[in-house]
Amino acid sequence: MSKYTEDDLREELKTKEYEYGFYTDIESDTFPNGLNEDIVRAISKKKEEPEWMTEWRLEAFRIWKEMEEPEWANVKYKKPDFQAISYYSAPNSKPKYDSLDEVDPELLATFEKLGISLDEQKKLAGVAMDVVVDSVSVATTFKKTLGEKGIIFMSISEAIKEHPELVKKYLGTVVPQKDNFYAALNSAVFSDGSFCYIPKGVKCPMELSTYFRINQAGTGQFERTLVIADEGSYVSYLEGCTAPSRDENQLHAAVVELIALDDAEIKYSTVQNWFPGNAEGKGGVYNFVTKRGLCETNAKISWTQVETGSAVTWKYPSCVLKGDNSVGEFYSIAVTNNYQQADTGTKMIHLGKNTKSTIISKGISAGKSQNSYRGLVQVNSRAENARNFSQCDSLLMGNECGAHTFPYIEAKNQSAKIEHEATTSKIGEDQIFYCNQRGIDTEKAIALIVNGFSKDVLNKLPMEFAVEAQKLLEISLEGSVG
Amino acid sequence: MDLKEKLVSSFLAFENRVDVDAYAHNLRSDAIKIFEEKGFPSKKEEAWKYTSLNSILKEDYSVFPKQENALEYSQVKQYFIHDIDSYKIIFIDGKYSSHLSQTTHDGIDVCLMSAALNKPKYQLVIENYFNKAAGKDSLTSLNTAFSCEGAYIHIPKNKIVEKPIQILHFSTGNESATMLQPRNLVVVGENSHVQIIERHQSLTDNPVLTNSVTEIFANKRAIVDYYKIQNDKENASLIDNTFIKQKRESLASVHTFAFGGKLTRNNLNFYQNGERIDSTLKGITIIGNKQHVDHNTLVHHIEPNCESHQDYKGIFADRSTGVFNGKVVVEKEAQKTNAFQANNNILISDKASINTKPQLEIFADDVKCSHGCTIGQLDENAMFYMRSRGIPEKEARALLMFAFSNNVLESVKIPELKQRITKIIANKLGVNIGFDL
Repeated sequence: MSKYTEDDLREELKTKEYEYGFYTDIESDTFPNGLNEDIVRAISKKKEEPEWMTEWRLEAFRIWKEMEEPEWANVKYKKPDFQAISYYSAPNSKPKYDSLDEVDPELLATFEKLGISLDEQKKLAGVAMDVVVDSVSVATTFKKTLGEKGIIFMSISEAIKEHPELVKKYLGTVVPQKDNFYAALNSAVFSDGSFCYIPKGVKCPMELSTYFRINQAGTGQFERTLVIADEGSYVSYLEGCTAPSRDENQLHAAVVELIALDDAEIKYSTVQNWFPGNAEGKGGVYNFVTKRGLCETNAKISWTQVETGSAVTWKYPSCVLKGDNSVGEFYSIAVTNNYQQADTGTKMIHLGKNTKSTIISKGISAGKSQNSYRGLVQVNSRAENARNFSQCDSLLMGNECGAHTFPYIEAKNQSAKIEHEATTSKIGEDQIFYCNQRGIDTEKAIALIVNGFSKDVLNKLPMEFAVEAQKLLEISLEGSVG
Repeated sequence: MDLKEKLVSSFLAFENRVDVDAYAHNLRSDAIKIFEEKGFPSKKEEAWKYTSLNSILKEDYSVFPKQENALEYSQVKQYFIHDIDSYKIIFIDGKYSSHLSQTTHDGIDVCLMSAALNKPKYQLVIENYFNKAAGKDSLTSLNTAFSCEGAYIHIPKNKIVEKPIQILHFSTGNESATMLQPRNLVVVGENSHVQIIERHQSLTDNPVLTNSVTEIFANKRAIVDYYKIQNDKENASLIDNTFIKQKRESLASVHTFAFGGKLTRNNLNFYQNGERIDSTLKGITIIGNKQHVDHNTLVHHIEPNCESHQDYKGIFADRSTGVFNGKVVVEKEAQKTNAFQANNNILISDKASINTKPQLEIFADDVKCSHGCTIGQLDENAMFYMRSRGIPEKEARALLMFAFSNNVLESVKIPELKQRITKIIANKLGVNIGFDL
């Protein structure tokens, strides 16, 4: 067998096209481009929302108008023209299906290409799917099982109609409308998303999962997710994304809010594989996401993410550790290739006593990509005995990519214990030599090392997702895995 | 009239007074324009996120010293490392004090910036080095605009300077508030070796603001050791800008001992222009009350096979605040770079706070870069161990803290200086033990 070197790997990375790029032609009803109060009102009306929701959106829109697009992130891109985007698109046929036979066959084929066969899903894994194709949820499974436990899992537009009291109480409490530019935009125009409520003391028996797809040309997708875990409950939530190959930049500005009440635990896992642009850096999705969780007493929120896609990523899943003894975790693998740019990390805000946070971030950059970790660990003066451990490691492949770390650490309490460490390295020749020496060829050795490098994070993914995560890593770094 | 306006409007008067050749004149005029445009940095700037200058800018500083003040050696002896023979360049309120100084032109030049700027025999060096390393940020530009006095050290090729050089800036407080802008230039030739100790010292409680710029050039295989002692009065503030350009195989180290003053900001910048360069940046910070110390470091790795080592320790008591912002940039060409950065902090009061931001920007793949940063407390077990053996709490704590910062002291090459620092640390920690280890 010929010797497999890093150069070969780099060559492969260069030529590897986006495998899952395809485009399903479903008639959509799409709004004209542009954004103004009328459009916001129209979105709200289209979704048959109550008056308070319309007002909430309009308030967000007014705040957004006053705001400026942030520029502090370590990414360069052509700013989207917010007036050239259509803010609403929904698949045309929108009935609520009782069985899969009624679903648009073309849509089913889309899912099949993605490897999510709904019937299989029903029989097998025990994963309830709230499938989102371009903003409107068209199929919900396992609702019955969840219903028996009192778990509410539905699209957020349904939730606004059916459970307005919950939505009204929690929407915008963790990520307020004025939080940042993209959060404000999302608050004004969000089309759909998932809503999940776990009642007191209930352990959700299955992994909840939503698939996001950006499907219509020129439509930005503005998802809004709200997960509420009531006292003593537990939920594991999965979010996975793939998008069709497209030349023009697509904007995605999602907001995810998690609320873990006393003693509750939320595990939120993401696998993101949106179109990263082709090898010349043309096209690709802009991913500007605000994700934040609030922990009450003894609660725990754990973010796990595998980021392989998007041309530009700007994403900081955060935890506000408000209650005493609460725990925040962040595990992340970010892979960038070609001209991808990622500026991602987390914020851990320690407010309560005895709060703990763990940050494990692994960045792999190849090609001409730029990969940045940006994190904040803040210990407030009343947060006695706060504990943080952060580790950010970067692996560089090729000499045209860059890895950057921007950790901010702010401690205002003397009992705080904070550790931060970061390393940057390439796959060591001695490591490969060690493997070769023991009869492992170079290809396997690289696979072994990359796998080992990301193991800490991959291990944190739920079983159902681990396979998919592996698959996505393969696309981004084929040849180095397995 | 705020300080910025005052400085800008007094620039003309200043220029007329110093009356120097056109070379520095143009630099000054350009620099004042930059300052006028940018003004003093505010917290909105990323590099100044955690340090606000507002509290020190509101004083009505006298920008030029009005009279010459004299000091007797006995008054200031305690601020010298007096138990060793050394060259001394002493300034009182920004004016050179020939009485206290000991300069030389014997083979090496250890003298004054004002002389170097004015005399033709230094012109070549000035044109080649002056303002060639300094940045274009507003505070450095401000200093450049008003640069006329400071230390000028030029060591030609193949010279080992036997005695350390001490640079001391005293302010007498004869005026109600003084602003000083010393400008130092250190050029070290091939294979030469020099050790420099620098200190800014205020003698009264009147407010002093020092905006100092030091440019250091280490040519091939030169060895430069620079020690900064910052242990000033509660009303003295210091903005210390240091720019070091290193050529191939040179070794440069800067030790910063920050024990106070009202506000201290250290902008320490290393540029590595050549292969196999070694840069060392170390610091100990021990402060209390409402003191503020900000270390802002940059190491720019431009060429392959270089190393940098950073180690900063901080102990923060009372309501003091500490900032560490360390940036390491590794350019694409700088393969095989080894860059290490450590920042360890202890908070010993609930009101004290520390903000740290160790930052890596890496564009090369074959590098070893790491940074570590911790915030923690003294080990309770070690405390118990010592107390159970009869060591009082205060001394036990002091011993632990001394041990914590000892890493940095170990690389100080002048034993007398090490002793002096040890004494200051003991004093700072409120104990009377020698730590003679």
